[in-house]
Order: sequence, then C-alpha cells, then structure tokens
Amino acid sequence: MSLVAGTVLLVSMAGGVALLFAIDRVKMRPESQQALYIRSSKALRRLSLGYTGLMADIYWTRAVQYFGEQHHKGSGDFRLLAPLLQVTVELDPHMLPPYQFGANFLGSQPPNGAGRPGDAMMLLKYGIAHNPDQWRLYYNLGFLYFTEFKDYPKAAEAFARGAQLPVTNEYMPILAARMAQQGGEFETSRILWYSTYQSTKEAAIRQNAVDHLRALQVDEQVTQLEGLVAKYRQQTRRWPANTGDLERAGFIRGTPLDPNGHPYKLTPDGRVEVQDPESILYITKGLPPGMESPMPKPAGR
Amino acid sequence: MAAIEILDLEKTYHVGFWRERPKLALRPLRLTIEPGEVFGFLGPNGAGKTTTLKLLMGLVSPTAGTARILGMDFDDPRVKRQIGFLPEQPYFYDYLTAQELLTYYAQLSGVPAKGRAKRIEEMLERFGLTGSARLQLRKYSKGMLQRVGLAQAILHDPKVVFLDEPMSGLDPMGRREVREMIQQMRNEGKTVFFSTHILSDAEALCDRVGIIYQGDLRGVGAVADLMSEARRRVEIIFCSPNVPAELTRLGVEARVSGDMVNAVLDEEKQEAALEILRREQIRLISLTPVRSSLEEYYVQKLRPRENGKGAGA
Amino acid sequence: MNRIGYVAFNTFREAVRDRVLYNLIAFALLISGAAVLVGEISIDIERLVVVNLGLTAVSLFGVVIAIFMGIGLVSKEIEKKTLYTVLSRPVRRWEFVVGKFCGLTGTLVVNTLFMAIGVFLALLYVAHRFVQADLWVLLALYFIVLEFLIVCALALFFSSFSTPVMSAVFTFALFVIGSLAEDLRGFARITDGITGALATGIAYLVPNFSAFNIIDLAAHGATVPGRLILYNTAYALLYSAMAISGAVLIFQRRNLK
Repeated sequence: MSLVAGTVLLVSMAGGVALLFAIDRVKMRPESQQALYIRSSKALRRLSLGYTGLMADIYWTRAVQYFGEQHHKGSGDFRLLAPLLQVTVELDPHMLPPYQFGANFLGSQPPNGAGRPGDAMMLLKYGIAHNPDQWRLYYNLGFLYFTEFKDYPKAAEAFARGAQLPVTNEYMPILAARMAQQGGEFETSRILWYSTYQSTKEAAIRQNAVDHLRALQVDEQVTQLEGLVAKYRQQTRRWPANTGDLERAGFIRGTPLDPNGHPYKLTPDGRVEVQDPESILYITKGLPPGMESPMPKPAGR
Repeated sequence: MAAIEILDLEKTYHVGFWRERPKLALRPLRLTIEPGEVFGFLGPNGAGKTTTLKLLMGLVSPTAGTARILGMDFDDPRVKRQIGFLPEQPYFYDYLTAQELLTYYAQLSGVPAKGRAKRIEEMLERFGLTGSARLQLRKYSKGMLQRVGLAQAILHDPKVVFLDEPMSGLDPMGRREVREMIQQMRNEGKTVFFSTHILSDAEALCDRVGIIYQGDLRGVGAVADLMSEARRRVEIIFCSPNVPAELTRLGVEARVSGDMVNAVLDEEKQEAALEILRREQIRLISLTPVRSSLEEYYVQKLRPRENGKGAGA
Repeated sequence: MNRIGYVAFNTFREAVRDRVLYNLIAFALLISGAAVLVGEISIDIERLVVVNLGLTAVSLFGVVIAIFMGIGLVSKEIEKKTLYTVLSRPVRRWEFVVGKFCGLTGTLVVNTLFMAIGVFLALLYVAHRFVQADLWVLLALYFIVLEFLIVCALALFFSSFSTPVMSAVFTFALFVIGSLAEDLRGFARITDGITGALATGIAYLVPNFSAFNIIDLAAHGATVPGRLILYNTAYALLYSAMAISGAVLIFQRRNLK
C-alpha cells in the first residue's frame, strides 16, 4: 500500500504543478481584471490588518507583473499601471523602486510605456514629499522634465535640489549646470542615460538606457557627418560618394561605424543614412526620408 | 494447525529525543497456542504483555520476527475477521451508544447486513446491556464499558480472542462476570489468549500459562503441572508461648500470637516437627496442608537470572 | 470499499454530535443581520455587499471548521486509543484515512449547503428576485467547496503525525500563504538566485487558493472562463490526493503507543 500511496503522492504533485501553469495562463477579461485590483489604498490598508508593508510588496509585484504582461502582449494598454503604483506607494511611501519604475515607464510613450507623464510627475512629487532626502527621486524628476516635458528650467531646478543633498550622486551638479545651459543636448542626454544605466539594477531600465545611448551615438555621428558632407560639397562642388571620400579629403580619420559595426551610407543628395535603420531604436537621424524613429517592437510577434 | 504461532517476535523501542536509547520491550518470543485453549499470559506491569498483544494486532510493527494466526500471516487482513481484541482500559467513541458502536464495529468487521441487527441484539442481551443500549457510552460505568468491550470483541464470532487485562479495575462482581464470559467463550470452542497479573484468575480459567518478565518469557506450562511442581507445605498450629529452639533449627517459618504459634514448613519436615512437639509435650491444635498456588511458580520465575536468557520450563 | 463509507458516516456523525453544525446559527444571524442593515445604509450596492459578505463568511467559517475538525481526526483517535479496537478489525489503515477525509468533507458540504441557502435567501431579500448573475454566486460557492477539500486534506495530513495545536498552525499558515500563491509566483518570476529558487519551490507547492477565490468576480457579475472550472476542479482533486496519500504513508508506519 505504501507503494501505491507514494506513487499517488508523486503523480498528483506533478499534476498539480503542471495544472498551475495552465491556470496561470487563463486570461480573465480586462473588466474583470479591473475588478480584482482594489483602487482605494485606504480600504486596502484596513483590509491588510496593519500588514501594510506586505500588502505594498504584493502590489509592487503585481505592478511589475502587469507591466511585463502588457508589454509582452504589445497592447500598449497600461491603464492599470498608474493605479497599481499609486496604491503601492500609498501603502508604503518609503519604497523607492516604484517611483523609479513609474518615472521610466509611466512617462515614456507607448508601446514602451504608458504615455502618462502627468501621472509619473504626481508619483514622483509624492515620493519626494515623503522622502525628501533621496537624491534619486530628484534625479528621476529632472529626467522626466527633460525627456517628456522638455522643460529645461524645471529640470535644472530638480537636479539642483538633488545636488544639494548630503548624500547625492556626482552627476547631479553637472546635470543641473547643463540644464541651465540648455545646450549641448547630445552630451547632456548622454550623461543622463549613462547615469541612469549606472544607478539601477533593474534590467528593463538598464536596457532602455543602453538603447538610448546607442541612438545618441547615431544621432551625434550623423549630425557630425552631415555637417562634414556639407563642407565637402562647399569645397569640391560635389557630394561625397562614401565616407572614404571624406577620409581622403582629410575631414575624418578612419571609417566611422554605427553601433552595429556598419559604415554609414552617403546618399547622392547629401544625407547620411544608417545601413540598417530598423535595427537601432530611437534614432532620429540617419533615417530614410519619411521613416519614423524606430520604436521597440513588442516581444513575441 | 495451531491457533497462534508466535515466531521470534521481537520489539525494541527507541526513546530519547534523538531516539538514541534502545529500550527492549520484548525479547524474541516463541510461543504456540492450540485451538480451543485458554492461555494466560502472566507478568507484572511493564513485562511486555501489552507489547505482545499490540504486535499481534498490528498496532505496532515488530523489530524482528513474525507470527501466524490460524495459519495465516498475522498482518494478513483476512486474519482480522477471525480475531477479536479487547485492549486494556478500552476507550470507545463516547458520543455513540452501545448499539451504534456495535453496529459500526459489526459493519467494519464485515458482519453481513442481513443478520446484523439481530446479532447485535443478541450481544447486548448476552452482556446485560439491553437496558442501556441507547445511552451514550460516556455515561457508562467501568463495568459496563468492559462488557461493551467484550461484546465488540466477539460480536463477529471470531475464532481467536485476545484480551488485555480484562479484569483490571473491576469490582469483584465485575471480575466474576468477566470470568464467566471467558468460560462461555471457551465453551463455544474459541481460543482465548489473555494477559493478566492476577494469578487467581489465571489459575481458575487457564489451560496453560506463560510467564513473562522484563520482556522475557520465563516459563510456559499447564496450570495443573506447574502447581504440583511447587513445593508441598504444611501448616501446624500449636499451643506454646514461644517457638521451640529445635523447631527453629529445623527451618520453619513461625509466627507467635498470644499463646499460639503458627508455623509453615515443607511437607517432608512434617514428621520431624511433630516428633519435636511430642517430646516437648506441646499440644498440637491443627495440621493442614497448604495448598500450593501458582504464586509459588510465578514468584520463582520472577527471580532474576544468574546467567543468560532462554525460556525455562 | 464499504468500510470507507462506514468510517465516513461515523466521522460525520461525530461532527454532528460534536455540535459543529451549530455554527450555522451564528452564520444565519450574521447574514440576516447584514441583509437587513445593508438595505438601510446604501443604495445600489446591497447585492454587492451581501455577496461579498456572505461568500467571505462561508469561506472563513468553513475553513475554521475544516481546520478544527480536521486536526483532531487522527491524532485524537491515537491519543484516546479509540483506534485500538478499530484497527484490530479488517479495516485497512488507508481505508481509515480516506474514510475520515470523506466524512470531514461531507460535513463541510452539508454545512455549506445550509449556508448557501442562507445566502440566497438574503439575496432574494435585498434584490427581490434572482438575477442571472446569481449563477456566478453558485460557482463561487462551488469553488469554495473545492477549497475546503484541500484544507480538509491538509488538516488530515498534519493530524496524522502532529499534535492538534501544531496541525492547526500549519494548516492555517498554508491557507494564508496559499491565498497569496499567485503573487508568490509573480515574485518568484522576478527574483533570481537562491531566494528565487526557494520562492519558486514554495510558490508552486503551496495550495493555490488564490485561483479559487472569485468572490469579487461573483459580486460584480463578471464572467469566469469555463476552462478555469475544469482546471480548478482537477487541481483540487490532485492536491487533496497528494495530501491524503501523504497522510496514508505516514499513518501506515505509525506505531500506536
């Protein structure tokens, strides 16, 4: 009998675990999904019988899960992200990752993010109100002003406030200065994205920063090259055929390569193009005429 | 075919928090009980009687050895139909009535549904429980519970019945009733294996007894034989203010009360003692053989051994 | 095979005589009080409140009963030695365990039945008629019964080797963790290293109560995919089978002192 019982135990355990995968895949309709997430943090607070920390953890996990799922589906619909993050920080205002997550993914445009920079701003302001000595929140705020609102004075102010904290990051004063300058956009952006990359362990955010850095490299190189092409034309009354011409004329040394390792194309009408524009996200330069800046495609399509 | 064959059944418990101390509860036991026998398993408390019964019932697993009941392996489920068990100080579901309990047990024992109710009525009557049959068991006295216990042990008409201290805690009336019930079982041809530490009961009921002490079977034999094995003694009562010196030298146990002496001695010394009394002109009041009892045999077997083990006879 | 039925019936009888079913009185009071009060204080959400309160009460009352009855199922019998005369009969040890399980769940099913009647009566009172959404309430009740299956199996499992107090603690702990099982799996997915491995192990082995709780869905009348009914039923049966076979394995070897 022990043998039978043992077999039953193992088989049912395996079956149960297998079923769990199936159960997790069962999709509920969006309306019913909405019903599942209690919006009112006050109600939640009471429900959690004082274990608000645990509840905050649960909601944070759900927020990340939700984002991941929606991102995977490519639906561009992140309507629950803001409420989920909001509830999380209302339950535990001192939990920092949600603020950063919100800044990065609430603010940016779909399909990468929720496209709700206003919500992101409110989230960050709430965070700063409750954690006034966390430099990272000011950083996120400045970043948001810079990338989504293009409001350089406000960005400068945020970075400046962050720079004054007893514990802060070395980039903050630089960023504050640059914002005030409003110039050298490439350089500022590079510093921003680079420090973003350095300051987080969150894989999604890092990847995002890397993609932006690559795009920056292209934008910068293309801008430079197009300037040189114009000069070449001025001097020789011809458009250069390829970057080799520029090199021979002494404008550049070596062959400039894009982040994929390919040389740039020079078009007959004096423009510079990337060899494989689809493959480099976020570039605004080096694209064929009429082509939009490549956005990340949803995974699994 | 023997009714019960115990073949080197052995049990060692491991006590202590890490189960490191072995406690020998039963040394390898070899015993055979014939069908129709009433066998008494004697021994003081903690000797291993209950352990043996629990092993046979499959409540506890043996460290080694096996047993056969009615020719089948003792842990064969078919055996359970043919045996009945009454544990020591039994406890039954106290929220049930006697009738419900017996019905439940009859169902479990496979008593066919057809004659079940009737059989239970018979049992209730036989054990004098008809009046309280519909009373919850929590209201029963000890004697009544014991009777319920015996009823559940035989209601499925088993061939072999195991009783653990069936007389314990009963008043003399109760004990007598149980004795009668065991007699009745014997008359019905059942094999009865019961454990007790009350020797008079064993004397009265058993064909054979086995004496167990500290997990070790010390002796087995027919009651009649064992009784005669013990020394024969006589008791002499005579008139004297004290015990004559010569009598003491002879080796008697004497007790003086007032002007009478009460002396017990081996039968073979009887003539010599009488001779001494005649010489001293001491008046003899009475001379009676002391009926030797199982107690003698029992006590002898319980003495610690000089060497080794092995069952004596 | 019949023996399992006999043991089950006796277990049920014990529960009834233990006055377990008196909890229904407390439940009836609660639910009728709520139904009456709700009419006074709110507009348009009476149905919502009755469903939420009623189903949550059914679930909680039931889990408490399942635990308190289940923890003593085996341990009490061993302690009180009522098992001696039972096991000396032809009933096999595994039949005993399975019978106890059936009796326990049977008690809970009966209990839930009465409670369900109470909930529907209350619904009728506040809404004055039955609506199609009430079907989902029935489904929610079915899922709650499936939950009970698992809780009973767990309580029985712990009862086979642990004291009543510890059994209660373990079973209750598993109930709480199991209610968060879905979140635990989410957490396991975004964590790595040893914590991740540990979380994954626990997340997939604890009973998945979160999938059985559709009380809020039923309250909003939202639909539930048919597949979920199948999966949940299968899961409840498999998980219970697992716990029961564990109990059987342990009980087979147990020496009854």
